[in-house]
Amino acid sequence: MSKREGITKDSGTRSNPSVELVRSEAPSELLRELVAHLRQNRTQLREEWVVRITETRLLTAMTKEEIFAEATSVYDSYVEALETEAFEALQAYARNLSERIIPRGVETHEVVGIVLLLRDVLARSLFAKYQTDFKKLNRILDAYEPAANRIANTVAVGFVQERERVIRQQQEAIRELSTPVLQVRERLLILPIIGVIDPQRARQLTEQLLRGIRTNRAKVVVIDITGVAAMDLTVANNLVQTVEASRLLGATVIVTGLSPEIAQTLVTIGVDLGKMNTVGDLQGGIEQAERLLGYKVEKLAEPR
Amino acid sequence: MEVPILKQGAVLIATFQAALSDADLNQLRMGLVQQVVKFRSRAVIVDVTAMDVMDSFASRTLREIAHMIRLRGAETVIVGIQPEVAFAMVQLGLTLEGVATALDLEEGLAYLTQKFKNID
Repeated sequence: MSKREGITKDSGTRSNPSVELVRSEAPSELLRELVAHLRQNRTQLREEWVVRITETRLLTAMTKEEIFAEATSVYDSYVEALETEAFEALQAYARNLSERIIPRGVETHEVVGIVLLLRDVLARSLFAKYQTDFKKLNRILDAYEPAANRIANTVAVGFVQERERVIRQQQEAIRELSTPVLQVRERLLILPIIGVIDPQRARQLTEQLLRGIRTNRAKVVVIDITGVAAMDLTVANNLVQTVEASRLLGATVIVTGLSPEIAQTLVTIGVDLGKMNTVGDLQGGIEQAERLLGYKVEKLAEPR
Repeated sequence: MEVPILKQGAVLIATFQAALSDADLNQLRMGLVQQVVKFRSRAVIVDVTAMDVMDSFASRTLREIAHMIRLRGAETVIVGIQPEVAFAMVQLGLTLEGVATALDLEEGLAYLTQKFKNID
């Protein structure tokens, strides 16, 4: 949150000089004139813009009607931002828009693309309007360009921030999903690990396992790493730490499912797994755990 | 604050309180090592449930207690290490190697009973 505020403030101070410059050279009447022009030709310019969007094959994930509806509101916000030079509203709108279109699979280049297209469409209409008066055109563009660029910037940044937020949220969700500590028998837990282990996840896994050991009063834990594709020195050390911490709580850890590649890596980098109890597969691990706990599993009859 | 040492059959039980000074720890170490022979105990259980922080001195003292008790012919079980404490300890490399551990007092007693049965 603070990062977002920081960026807003920063971009505000950065663009101030240019706005200052425009004001001293030409009164805000120029901008007002510009806005009036854009309002007057709203329907035509908007349609032209939508045509350009379709031509360049942007927003392919959306239907024509949706693009038109969205284009209308973007256009209005755009003109409003030009008029008031208040970018907070536009920023909020950009965030809101991103929230709606990100789940539809709209990409960053598309969003940036359509805003730049709108900028170009409007600039061309200005060329057409002031083609007889080059000096006036120049001054109008002086007023228009910084504001337009800043709008493009705001929308793009808003979109990217929203995407990053979504990614962070998903990472969080995956992290929470990915650490189940399951009890398979009294005093026997299994912890299947799937996917990439980074230090943060390793820490979370360990904490969750230790809590699980205490609440379930576990004596044996089987950690299955069949689903772990690769392991480096850090992760291996984390695993050793997990085993040692579990032992401090009085639980024995059996590690199962070490793939040949991981075994090779561990031997090459020289991780000391001497204290670790390893068994080939999950089944073997559970069987050994049962022996440790004094269970004897017997087959009563042939399966029907 | 002195740590009380309780005798339960062939087992001595010492329970750590939350804030123990280094001097208290030293005193406990000497007390346990003396009493284990005096009472002809076969094992010592050190209960650290109340400790939510374990510094390197406390951890080293625990290991020393265990090794000294072994030299005196008995066994030591450390019980009740909190999950957070265990995590912090391994990160500092304090793994109490060669010392038996158990979840809590009950588990520790069960472990020793089992062990005595196997020996007898």
